[in-house]
Amino acid sequence: MADGFTDTPRFRLVEAPPLARFVLRAPDAALKVTGKAYGLALPEALNRGASHGERGKPGARVALHLGPDEWWLIVPEAEGPDVAAALEKALAAHPHSLVDVSHRQVGYVLEGEGAAGLLNAGCPLDLSETAFPPGMATRSLFHRVGLMIWRMTPGLFRLEIDRTLAPYFVAALAEAAKDHS
Amino acid sequence: MLLIRCPYCGMDRPEIEFRHAGAAHITRPGPPDRVTDEEWAAFLYLRDNPKGRVAERWRHIHGCGRFFNAVRDTVTDVFVVTYKAGEPRPPESLAPEALTPEARP
Ligand SMILES: [Zn+2]
Repeated sequence: MADGFTDTPRFRLVEAPPLARFVLRAPDAALKVTGKAYGLALPEALNRGASHGERGKPGARVALHLGPDEWWLIVPEAEGPDVAAALEKALAAHPHSLVDVSHRQVGYVLEGEGAAGLLNAGCPLDLSETAFPPGMATRSLFHRVGLMIWRMTPGLFRLEIDRTLAPYFVAALAEAAKDHS
Repeated sequence: MLLIRCPYCGMDRPEIEFRHAGAAHITRPGPPDRVTDEEWAAFLYLRDNPKGRVAERWRHIHGCGRFFNAVRDTVTDVFVVTYKAGEPRPPESLAPEALTPEARP
């Protein structure tokens, strides 16, 4: 349970442990070497996420393709420096930017059969499974704040929200939850 | 809700994720040392305000982040077509599948 949010049988909100996060901007030509160095192939299709391992556990890797040349890479906090060094080495021949944004964002998991409906209280995206299937990841809005939504399974969403806006997000979600429990 | 097709995401997305970014296909005059004040003022400030279809820049700021271009009807607010930045304005006779949902027959 996240601070300020009351879980119900229909949905739970869990704050993520500290994670290392990177924003990678790189050309398509760099994808192969990047994936090799990262230990996980970067998704080529836009608005898709890929992962292996369990969040926060050693070796866990997340890659989210959020813009035409933009990927977010999320790894356990302790592995951040090594991952960054490996990526910089692999990308040396390609014009790119790799920025550590570990502390910019807070991660959440929203899960349960009512999760999509609750997100839709503030997010205008079509979150039906045909329009937004598992594996899809994108930035969008929740009321007035931007957030990243990655659907891992039909009832499990991973969310990333800017740290200063997270209290607003949790409060707004908790308010919406009163109508959705 | 008005849906706008982002040509990069390839999806119809809610209008609130987008920002308008002025007229499209405005060419910056140059080279700077040969541009008159009048030409520069026209580049910066003078825009048409037609009734009907206009080509505009839009940005999918709360999505993929990209700027793109859109032909929009200022009377009906229908997005006739959207296309990637750098591409020429498409001809008016468009394939139906290229049209945004509101403009499809
Ligand atoms: Zn987009």
